[in-house]
Amino acid sequence: MGIAVLLKQVPDTTAKISVSEGRVDESTVSKWSMSPYDEYALESALQLKESGGGDLVAITCGPARVVKMLTDAAAVGADSLLHILVEDLSALDSTQVQTILAAAVAHSGSDIVFCGKQAADTNAGSTGPGVAHLIDASCVTMVSEVTPDGSSLMAMRSSPNGNERVAVSAPCVFAFDKGITELRRPNVRGIMMAKKKVAETLGPADLGVDISTSSVSIDGHTPPPQKPPGQKFEGADSVAAVVGKLRDEANVI
Amino acid sequence: MDVTVIAETSGDGLHPVTAQLVGAAASIGGTPTVLCAGGTGAAEAASISGVVKVISVVGDCFETFDSGAWAKALNSVTGGDVIIAAASPSGREIAATMAAIRGIPIVQDATDLTPGISVTRPIYSGKAIETSTVTTPCAITLRANAFDSAGEGGSAEVSTVNQSADVAVAVKEAIAKASERLDVAEADIIISGGRGMGDPVNFSHLNEIADMIGAAVGASRAAVDTWEEIPHGMQVGQTGKTVTPSLYIAVGISGAIQHLAGMRTSKYIVAINKDPDAPIFGVADYGIVATWEAALPALKEELGKL
Repeated sequence: MGIAVLLKQVPDTTAKISVSEGRVDESTVSKWSMSPYDEYALESALQLKESGGGDLVAITCGPARVVKMLTDAAAVGADSLLHILVEDLSALDSTQVQTILAAAVAHSGSDIVFCGKQAADTNAGSTGPGVAHLIDASCVTMVSEVTPDGSSLMAMRSSPNGNERVAVSAPCVFAFDKGITELRRPNVRGIMMAKKKVAETLGPADLGVDISTSSVSIDGHTPPPQKPPGQKFEGADSVAAVVGKLRDEANVI
Repeated sequence: MDVTVIAETSGDGLHPVTAQLVGAAASIGGTPTVLCAGGTGAAEAASISGVVKVISVVGDCFETFDSGAWAKALNSVTGGDVIIAAASPSGREIAATMAAIRGIPIVQDATDLTPGISVTRPIYSGKAIETSTVTTPCAITLRANAFDSAGEGGSAEVSTVNQSADVAVAVKEAIAKASERLDVAEADIIISGGRGMGDPVNFSHLNEIADMIGAAVGASRAAVDTWEEIPHGMQVGQTGKTVTPSLYIAVGISGAIQHLAGMRTSKYIVAINKDPDAPIFGVADYGIVATWEAALPALKEELGKL
């Protein structure tokens, strides 16, 4: 049983995003982090590895800076690290990203794949289902927990009516929502061991993937539209005035 | 240009966003065919103005949700240059799988479309807006309430196709929601509490007000992380739900950038906070500098008078 976790490095959710000359200026991003849902995917993948055995490979795609995130994954227990070097991930379309990641999963020999339900940069959520199709795997999204169950795997996922416990067999992809367990933090030994772990770096071409033509081209970025300044009131006595405005000015109640 | 619209359902009927998907399809010069998974909402879909055809896709696979099976079954009954679906969890998943089956690109969570096809979408949870051009064929999912709905009065032909696919995801147990409260992702009015509420017990005040005005109750990440009683399903923000209600009332929420990213596009925002310098006031249309202990009873009283 080989387990892969697909990770993406994104600007930390606390980071400001600035736009200059019509493009998001990545050089001003103060902190890059593992996308939050990917952290839960990694945690659950580690737990599955610990309960059922198997090697865990952490896979990511992006420029050189993403290797630090792979090292962080090694520090909490990932066995091997696979980095697909792509300088500008935002220039690729969804088909290209999925094709690269599916090829990387195949290269690692994994048949159980964990990922976040969406990454905190584009918030798209295409990768899990897309990779699942490309590796001919079943796909479960909005997952909060995965446990082994004999020869199959049991996943808890959210549903319109609450939650569902579902069973799937490998090959399968689990796209994680926020998990139900605490995330582990690396200990000193893990950090020291991770420093010795070298990521295997490949280019898309090494995996037989051609990224020369993208179907999507970015025309530009803008900051979000600024709202005109609002009205501010002092004290609870003003609640009546605000409710009046919600009714008469805004017409929302 | 033929556009395949994947109907979004809610319970046994059509979700209102479906009419917005049809409206958006027409706005880019598309001729919309609506696909109804499992036949749900087919008659309603036929009455949306501008729909030329409704295909009710019926098969065993639609009894439980397996996006791979649903996408295979839906995909095989229609062609089309563009697939349009709602940017809901299931809509995103089905559209992404159909796009992968066809080997076409997908752009998720669009808030504007113009012919060409030019797609506008928020990135970094709304901290920036991206405009891109995507070639056809392609798939696009649309954010709810960002597009004008097509009207009613259509009378499209409904055809039923029997089409199933192998199901690989077996539902073993369904666990109903603990509460019957409205979901923040569905609500037109949201009242949210933050860590400033002091104790999760105090969310009962928010529940009472929500019941008076048909609102959903949300929470900030700080509240969800601090108190076990506040589930992640209530969380509004970059790692929770992104919402665009008509009215968003933030109570005891300071307005971390993480939270603002999830609610700043609400039509009207009311902030109640005792700290006059709280960042939430920067996005509020109406800010009230007061403690929740003082403001919520007054709010309850005033809403009771409406």
